[in-house]
Formats: sequence, structure tokens, C-alpha cells
Amino acid sequence: MNGEPALGVAELGVRYGGVMALDAVSLEVPPGRVVGLIGPNGAGKTSLINAVTGIVRPSAGSITLGALRLDRLAPHRIARAGVARTYQNIRLFGALSVADNVRAAAFALPGRLDDAAVRALLERAGAGDVDLRARAATLPYGAQRRLEIARALAAKPRIVLLDEPAAGMNEGETVALRAIVRGIADGGAGVLLVEHDMGLVAAVCDRVVVLNFGRTIAEGTPAAVARDPAVVEAYLGTPA
Amino acid sequence: MLQFFAQHSKLFDEIGINALLALSLSLSLRGGSLALAQAAFMGVAAYVGSIGAVRFGWNLAESVLAGALAAALVAALLALPIGRLRGVFLAIATIGFGEIARIAEINAPVTGGAEGFSNIPNDAGTLAIYAALAFAGAALLLFGRSKAALALAATREDENAARGVGIDVAAVRTRTLVAGAVIAGVAGVLYAHANFFITPGDFGFPRMEQILVSCVIGGVTSSLGAVLGAAVMTVLPEAVRFLHDYREVSTGAILLGFIVFAPGGIAGLWRRDA
Amino acid sequence: MILQQCANGIFLGAVYALFAIGYTLVFGVLDILNLAHAAIFMAAAFAALWLTSTGFPLPLAIAAAIVFAGLLGILLDRVAFAPLRRRNAGTLAPLISSIGAAIVIQGVARGIFGPDERNFPAGPLASTQFHLGPLTVGALDLVILAAALALMLLLSYVLRATPLGRNIRAVADDRIAAALLGINLERTIALTFFIASALGGAAGILIGLQYNSVSADMGGRIELKGLAIIILGGMGSVTGAVIGAFVLGLVETLAVASIGSSYRDAIAFGVMFVLLVLRPQGLLGKRALRAA
Repeated sequence: MNGEPALGVAELGVRYGGVMALDAVSLEVPPGRVVGLIGPNGAGKTSLINAVTGIVRPSAGSITLGALRLDRLAPHRIARAGVARTYQNIRLFGALSVADNVRAAAFALPGRLDDAAVRALLERAGAGDVDLRARAATLPYGAQRRLEIARALAAKPRIVLLDEPAAGMNEGETVALRAIVRGIADGGAGVLLVEHDMGLVAAVCDRVVVLNFGRTIAEGTPAAVARDPAVVEAYLGTPA
Repeated sequence: MLQFFAQHSKLFDEIGINALLALSLSLSLRGGSLALAQAAFMGVAAYVGSIGAVRFGWNLAESVLAGALAAALVAALLALPIGRLRGVFLAIATIGFGEIARIAEINAPVTGGAEGFSNIPNDAGTLAIYAALAFAGAALLLFGRSKAALALAATREDENAARGVGIDVAAVRTRTLVAGAVIAGVAGVLYAHANFFITPGDFGFPRMEQILVSCVIGGVTSSLGAVLGAAVMTVLPEAVRFLHDYREVSTGAILLGFIVFAPGGIAGLWRRDA
Repeated sequence: MILQQCANGIFLGAVYALFAIGYTLVFGVLDILNLAHAAIFMAAAFAALWLTSTGFPLPLAIAAAIVFAGLLGILLDRVAFAPLRRRNAGTLAPLISSIGAAIVIQGVARGIFGPDERNFPAGPLASTQFHLGPLTVGALDLVILAAALALMLLLSYVLRATPLGRNIRAVADDRIAAALLGINLERTIALTFFIASALGGAAGILIGLQYNSVSADMGGRIELKGLAIIILGGMGSVTGAVIGAFVLGLVETLAVASIGSSYRDAIAFGVMFVLLVLRPQGLLGKRALRAA
């Protein structure tokens, strides 16, 4: 896709006290593509998302969206620049209605999202049949995850960061997620998918980046990465 | 009917002013902010308006305008240092600010000190008070349907997720504090002009407690609830006057009862039945 | 002259400390800002006063009133806080609840004893004075300081060397883990309230004796000062509260001597405000800002 900016992460370092959560990590998320970010627990995946969205300040490196430098901006400015995310532990506006959750994300856009527009967003996220008036906290778990995705799409983002969207979902829901994620990319946005479910990663990602202990240990197509000995070792330990 | 009103006009005035104060706090509470500075804003405005009326001959409208502006300015300045505080820490900081304001009012040369400031023209009648209340109520009702109100509610629910969807949480909090301060300021000037005598003690922690209790009884996030709560809290001490020195016990007991059994306040009870 | 002011500051600080410890103990263990603490402070003073008026000797009256304060604290928890704990009510609810309880306690006190100030005579103690070098020190002041220090030492011993103290610290640290370890939460909490309220009550009795005055609204000023002290010392830190109390007592007394008394109270709140903005965990507090 042309004209839309790519998300660029260059030599990113994130430090918590004495610990390097991320060390010289670089990756790119072009518009219309799905880039997977995988690695064992604690590898730094969520730290990377937090750095991109401005929740933590990087100690080194840079984050760019096209020509715009993101890593010095406040989180809400980054969001308004077109970066949306979902969370590993669901962070909906629990007491608000389903519709209001989606609308709250679109408040910076001119005008107001009517019910039809909200419904359309929910459908893109695979939650087209949810009651708009229901309180978000009362939805079943899977519906809440999908509502979070719909909320992320509300402001027409250029980049969508999905943090373990399949966590806690059953087989059927995870398969349904494939079409949803691809649909987001087909709509023009670049998608960074952090996931543990390798089936989902293999099915939707154009490229995969593998982190371990805060460093990139491999990158390439899903198939290539799955065969990479460094990746196998990271997940399974050194062969006996 | 008219006689009843005339007999109790002082009480109605008090209800109106307390309702304004409760509305001003309810705004901050709707954003999830325990910013307990409304009594201080009230006091600042009351003194600015009164001093202006007595020294410079301002009429009620000028007095109200000046007082509200002063309160807004103080709120805008206060918002900066307290911007990162949350929960109990925010409550304590704003309570502390209230005390500092009260002590400043005692010591400032033009305020008449602890004995109070008097001779304020008694030109704020029930009409003025309820006009202000109607205006504030209408404004808040309109606000409630706006996108800004949605941003406020989202901020209350989950501040970080709110930032993540592009809401400028700091700006929302500041604007809410300032808007509340304007309402509290208007209430303060009206209070001064309705009572023609004010002391710093009128605007201290006991007043802040009363405002907080009104909001809680009415229902913390509901504008109508705030008004109802204020009405209850104003009328109650009068209604239980027969208890003499034991009067307060009923107030405290009602507050306890609501918090323990009906935490949504009157508004919460209403919604449950509806 | 300075030395005399310092001595006065220490006497003031001692009573501040007794009050502040109760505040911070409850916050440390339960994350609750108990605004009824000052009401119990007042209720204990009235209890002691009443007991002496019916013929009890002063030391006995004081002891009994301290126990009464502790029991009142347990009752307070049962009525105002325990139901909220059961439904996970958040930060605002217990604060409001404590305000309600405070109003009730004040109302009862006002009903029984009337709104006026009462005298609380300390007998011969009040008029005896000692001269230690350049210092003039009242016997009453010395007794108060001794009592305050004794109570603080007792608390320190309980917290550090007894099973109860260990349980309290465990619950303060991590309530869920403590429960999992088999600690009886409700009983530990009740005992925490007993201790905190007993100390606060002791502070009220001693202040009543020191100023020869007990009234239904005597809790008002110290309640807010107490906030400043625990912020200074760090919310949840008992040692911090003690240090903060003595620091405040000294600073206030010295400031009054040099710049006059009208801004005295502003010192406490000014310091508190600045601390909250710059270093919310105070001197020794273990809790930094909590994220929303």
C-alpha cells in the first residue's frame, strides 16, 4: 500500500532499573502487512508494545511512524497519530456500554459514531451480534477481547498492536481470529501481532520477529523462523 | 403555599447553594478524581467577590464573574502540582490545599481575618441562586451527552486505556477541576451575598465534608443525585432539630447507612428500581 | 531560649506521634484513611474525664479510657469498614464511611456532654514545675512525654517481637498472601484497630490534660495535622510517623517563636503539599504513588 506510513523501530533499548528488557531491537511494520512478534515469556514483547505506545520511555533507539518520531511523545499523542493497541489483560471501560467503549476511542474524530458505524466496527472485529447497550464488564471473555479489537479500530488507526489477542480463547475463536487480523491488514493498517499461538502466527503473518531476553534472535517468514535452531533452542532449551 | 416558601426561603437558598457545590464536586468524581478542593474554591471566590463588592462597589453579576474567574484561576494553578496524584494522595493534597487557603484567608490583610468579612450587600436572592442552579444543571445535562463526558467517564474507568485511545487525561482532569471550580465559585459568591458575612471557617474541611457527603448520598456520578443529596443534607439538620445536641447522629447514621447498604446513593437506588 | 523551645517542641511532638501512629497503622494495614480516628481521640478524652468525675483516680481513669478507645476502634471497624471489605468497595467508600462514623461519634459526645468546652484538671501535677538548668518543664509535660514514649515502645515491641505484630506486618505487606498463610485476617485487623485507636485515644486524653480542655470538636485540628504528619513520615510507616511527628512538633514550636503563630498551621500543610507533589512516599514510606 502506498501513502500510508510504516511503523519503524530502530535499535530500541528499554531499561527497567538495572535490567535491559529490550536491547537493540529493530523491526518494521509496513502498512497492509502483519508482522508477528514471538518469544518465550519475559522476552520483551509487551515491553516493545509499551515503548511504541509511549507507556515506557526507551533508553536507546528510536520509534517512528513514517516521518514522525514517536518515542518522545505522550501516549495520547501517539494514539492520535494513528497507533492503536489491545492489551494482554483486557482493559475495557467496564462500566460503559459496548457502544460507548467504541465511541470513546473515536472521540477525536469529527462528528459522532452512530450505532450503524459502531456495529460495523464490531463486525470487523468478529463481534457483530453483541448488544450495543450491554455493559462491557458483563460480556463473556471472548466478546470482551473482540470488543477491545473493535475499540482499537474505531479511530481508523494506521498501526494496530495486538497483544496476545488469542489468550484464553478456544480453538474455534482462535481460527476466527485469523480472518479478523488479516482483515485489519487488508484494510490498510500495519499490524504487529504478539502471540503465543503458533497456528495463528503461521496463518496470518507475513513476517515474524523472534525475541529472547530482550534481543532479536531471528526473523523471516513464519516457516523459516520455525526451522531456525536459535528459535527452537529458545523455546525448548539446548538439545541434550 | 407562598407563605411556606417565604417562611423557609433561607432554607431554600441554602439548598440551592449546597446543590451548586455538590454539582461542582460531582464533576471531578465523575472523572474518578477525589479532588476535594471545592470548599477552597468557594472560599476564594467568596472573598474576591465580597471584597470587590464592598471596596469597589461591584454589583452581584460583577461579583459573581470575578469570583468565578478567581476560582478558575486557582484551580488551573492547582491542577499542575496535583496532576500526577491519585486516590487517597490526591484527596489529602487537596484537603491540605484547602487548609492553606483557609489560613491564607485568616492572615491576608484585606479579608478581615478570623473574625470574618462583613457588610456584604445582601442582594443575592432565591431567584439568583436558582437561576444559577438551573443554568449549571442545564450546562451539565448538555455536557453529559457530549463526547467530553465520554472521555471523562473513560478516564474514570481506566486511565491508561483512555490514554491509549487518544484521550489527554491530564487535560481532561484539569478542565474538569476548573469547570467545577467555576460552579463552586459562583456558589461561593452567592453564599457571601446571601449571608452578608463570611469567615474563613465557612470554607474549611467541615464544609468540604458536607459537600462530599451530599454527593455520596445522592449518588457519586449523577448530577441529579448531587442536587438531591444536597437537598437531603441541608434539610436533615432542620428536620431533626428536635434531637437537639444529638442532631448530628442522624446525619452520620444516614451517611453510614448509604455507604454500607446503598453505595450508589439515591441515584443508585432509583436506577435499581427503574 | 532555643533549648526551651526545643523541649516544648518535643512535648508537642510526643502527643502528635501517639495520634499519628494510629492513623498510619490503619493505612498501612488496610489502605484506609480513617477519618474517625480523631473522633475516637476525642471520645477517649471525654471517657477519661467522665470517669474521674465519678470518682475514679486519674491513672485508672486514663487506663480504662484507653481500653475504651481500643474497643471503640473495633466497633468502628465492624460497623463502618468490614462490610465494605466484604464487597471490595475501593478507596472512596471507606473514607466516606469513616466520615459518617466520625459524625456519629461526635454527635453522641455532643449529645451527652453538650457542645461546650470542659475542663480536665490534672490536679497537683499541673502546677508542679521543674527547673533543669536553663529549662522550665512542667511535671505534667514530663508525665505526658513518659507515657507517650512508653506506649510507643510497647507498640514497637508488639510489632517486632510478638506473633500478633508479625501478623499485622504480614497483612500490611500483602493481604492475600497473609490469608493464604493461614493468618486470621479479621482478627488481625480487629486487633490493629484496637491498638491504633487505643493510641489515638491516649493522645486525646493526654492533650486534654495538657491543655485542661476537652470538647466535642477537639479532634478537628489534629485530624488534619495528623494527615500532614503521616505524609511527612510516609504513609504506612510507624517509625516515619513518629519521626514526622517530632519533626513537626519541633518545627512548629520554633517557627511560632520566630515568625509568630498565625501561620503555624500552614507549615504543616505547606510541607505536606510539597511532599505530595515531589516525594509522595515521604521520609520512610514504602508505598510510592499507586497507578490509577
